[in-house]
Amino acid sequence: MNIVVCVKQVPDTAAKLQVVDSHVTWGDSPLIVNPWDEYAYEEALLLKEKFGGKATAITMGPESAVEALKTCLAVGCDEAYLITDPALKGSDASATALTLAKAVQKLGDVDLVLLGKQAIDGDTGLTAAMLGRHLGWTVLTQVIKIHEIDPSAKTIKVERFMEEGRQVCTAKLPAVVSVIKGINEPRYPSFMGIRKASKATIPSWGVADLGLDAAQVGANGAFVAWPEIYPMPVKETKVEWIEGSSPQEIAAKLADKLIAEKVI
Amino acid sequence: MANQVWVYIDQFKGQATPSAWEAVSAAKMVASQLGSGVTALAIGSGVEGIAQQAFDYGVDEVVLCDDASLLDFRVEPYAAVFAKVLGEARPQVVIGTASTRVRDLFAYASIDLGSGVIVDAVGIEVKDGGVVVTRPVYAGKLLCNEVAKKGQPLLVSVRVRAFPLPQSGAGKSGNVTKVAPVLSEDQLTTKVVDYVVEEGEVSVDGAAIIVSGGRGVNGPQGFEPLRALAKVLGGAVGASRAAVDAGWIPYSHQVGQTGKVVSPDLYIACGISGAVQHQAGMRTSKVIVAINKDKDAPIFNLAKYGVVGDLFEIVPALTEEFKKRLGK
Repeated sequence: MNIVVCVKQVPDTAAKLQVVDSHVTWGDSPLIVNPWDEYAYEEALLLKEKFGGKATAITMGPESAVEALKTCLAVGCDEAYLITDPALKGSDASATALTLAKAVQKLGDVDLVLLGKQAIDGDTGLTAAMLGRHLGWTVLTQVIKIHEIDPSAKTIKVERFMEEGRQVCTAKLPAVVSVIKGINEPRYPSFMGIRKASKATIPSWGVADLGLDAAQVGANGAFVAWPEIYPMPVKETKVEWIEGSSPQEIAAKLADKLIAEKVI
Repeated sequence: MANQVWVYIDQFKGQATPSAWEAVSAAKMVASQLGSGVTALAIGSGVEGIAQQAFDYGVDEVVLCDDASLLDFRVEPYAAVFAKVLGEARPQVVIGTASTRVRDLFAYASIDLGSGVIVDAVGIEVKDGGVVVTRPVYAGKLLCNEVAKKGQPLLVSVRVRAFPLPQSGAGKSGNVTKVAPVLSEDQLTTKVVDYVVEEGEVSVDGAAIIVSGGRGVNGPQGFEPLRALAKVLGGAVGASRAAVDAGWIPYSHQVGQTGKVVSPDLYIACGISGAVQHQAGMRTSKVIVAINKDKDAPIFNLAKYGVVGDLFEIVPALTEEFKKRLGK
């Protein structure tokens, strides 16, 4: 089984964000591997342990995104590639998916691509399905369980988490699979893993290395633009304390308020 | 089919989902500003009834693809129909509700159509003839105004409960066009073999009332009083990450950055401190009530009504109170 894991480097979930000249900044908050992608690398490692083969991590981002790949190597991925190029700036989900598709094709002989269900910065959740369409592969999003894989028959059986319940699907490989929390418990990097990762050389690929033209990617290749980004307006709420001498009295006062609000 | 605005009607087993009609509201609003009518598209098996409902909600014409092979949502055959129909019509915008299905459908078909996708819209307006879409990013800490750069139709999904249900005025009718499926079964790589539906509880997706528990519920049994209150109110039970990670309640109940993003009319947070990651999933709720022992808990900064106290006393008292008031 040759598995590729796509990860993204994002600001920490607790980062205090600011918008300066239409750019998002996060002060000295750390950059982390997108939390959803941790489930993707863990699943890749579990499948590799079961079936043998190779887990390769790729990311698209600035030079500093190499740190996200080091995390992937530290937990046990075999190889990592950084896709970085000034021409990639301004990529939307579509341009990102095209770039990742070319990288997967360049790696070659891949059975499965795993991603987290969405990145916690752009929050689109579009990349997996777009990547699958570019590759012409099976797309299975929101996967909470991989029941079985038959590498020789090239089939996979999964459970997908949907609004009405869990959809159980069988499908053909190769496939692009996006995963969600609950599929596994991501491991922590070991001390030895971190040491090994810190010494690893991580090749980087530019747009030309992927056979892409600068006009196809980044802001040039994007179908959508985001001219304005700004903090969520703060709703001025001041809490009204509901007090009373007994739980029953508090409950009665609160019930009055909520009925008056017309939310019940 | 010269309408510039289309709406995609999301359905499950032939029935339009409630939020599918919210997309019609958004579509009608955009259409009125563009001076266009609205065409609805539904894909599935047994979806004929959706046509009349769509007319009742004010849609001007309907396109249906009704075929047994489309009973379960699978992205390949749905997107093939979607891309063919919209590739011929090439309207300015297609609007649908932001469900898992619609997200996959829009993403996949956009590659065929060569057009952009904007998901989870909380606002849409028309400016200088173009559609400007407002959506939350960075877990709702920031808002972003997005526009199409090239290609059409722009595919826009609207967040559940961000737009109202449209007025339904029965008796309208219009032109229904039927189209055939594009892919046959042997061309598909995916088969749906089963559907596991969770134990009869109200889902937090689209719920109007959510009673949610955190670390303060102290264990799996601690959710029982919350379930009792939710039942009386006809609401769903939510949870913080702490409660889910402790194994007290399944992940499907988790509200927050790595769970569901919800926007109910009423959110009752019980024993939830209100970490920023939790706030990301519920801050747009209309009325937030917080019940917590710690009066300095950050959840009280979001709450309209706060009770400092023991949830195991307050929540059952509330349940009894509402039983009386609601005659249950």
